Amino acid sequence: MPHISLPEGLPGITSGFAFRPETAKPMRELAHVLLHGPSTLSPGERELIATYVSSQNDCYFCQTSHGAAAAAQLGKDAGLVEQVKHDFLEAHISDKLKALLVIAGQVQQGGKHVSSESIENARKRGATDLEIHDTVLIAAAFCMYNRYVDGLATWQPRDPAMYSSMGEHLATHGYITPSMEVVAT
Amino acid sequence: MAYIQLPEGLPGIRGAMAFRPETAKPLNELVEILLHAPNSLTPGERELIATYVSSENDCYYCQKIHGAIAAASLNDDEALVKKVKHDFHNAEISPKLKALLVIAGHVQKGGKHVTPDDVENARAQGATDLEIHDTVLIAAAFCMYNRYVDGLGTTQPRDEAMYRERGKRVARDGYVAVSKEYLPAEVTA
Repeated sequence: MPHISLPEGLPGITSGFAFRPETAKPMRELAHVLLHGPSTLSPGERELIATYVSSQNDCYFCQTSHGAAAAAQLGKDAGLVEQVKHDFLEAHISDKLKALLVIAGQVQQGGKHVSSESIENARKRGATDLEIHDTVLIAAAFCMYNRYVDGLATWQPRDPAMYSSMGEHLATHGYITPSMEVVAT
Repeated sequence: MAYIQLPEGLPGIRGAMAFRPETAKPLNELVEILLHAPNSLTPGERELIATYVSSENDCYYCQKIHGAIAAASLNDDEALVKKVKHDFHNAEISPKLKALLVIAGHVQKGGKHVTPDDVENARAQGATDLEIHDTVLIAAAFCMYNRYVDGLGTTQPRDEAMYRERGKRVARDGYVAVSKEYLPAEVTA
């Protein structure tokens, strides 16, 4: 049961958003710019970073919904998403994305864990300053979203169909409009 | 030196925000609502939560600037801010704020660390659902801001006067208003 009286029937972060629309607005906008807005990193790559960090933070709702969004962006390759969560160094992704995932994992542990070597390595693999910035901020932001979702003890159903439908919605429409209206019908 | 080429002369999060105004906008709007907008928790109480979490995350810039904003909101009581950072259980603050700081400390460790007992205790001290929600989100948000500031290796000057002066300004005018100094006009409009 959630720690506070959240609106019923809404899973994960959508219940926090419905409870407090004032904070939902900038939180949605931030996710939209980071994961769905124009970027030299593809939406699939950025969703993989979000999924990996959520997995490291052990947030079921976030890793499953963003994992579904990543799969929807990557030709429905759920196997790749699983591989990135558990062993990204061996996954079929670019060397640049691997280097960015190393940085994201360090941010997840704490900002001071990021090393100049990991930045240098990302740069050698072709990462730009903006891509490094966005990787750090995606990882930092999911340390917020994950704590928000679990810190309120939100309802996180085990329902693969719901997450896959949510993932399709996020991949298509991004984060400004609620995804759960689609799922609830 | 920062890990990436950030605009010069802007310490801490300001350099990163000026580097990427598109993300600066929601980042400033979120902190404005959480810490500065009207709320049944005072700005001073909310800044203490932000300062405490930043201190637990060992982010120098964030704990100094939010500590200064907290002090500016609490009759310049810098000693109280220090006490909250190091030993809030024995600080001169309300039992309700102490219970909320326990929740914030657990969020800092990870969302699953928050227990029903923590929440029950905060409620017994008079905390509302909205106050508990905002405490969780302030703590979670500072786990983001702190990582953002340290993860980019931003410049964090050791300059007490700078933090004190800026703390007074942010306490008075809020986050979105002062961000206009370093963000392009079309972003803050």
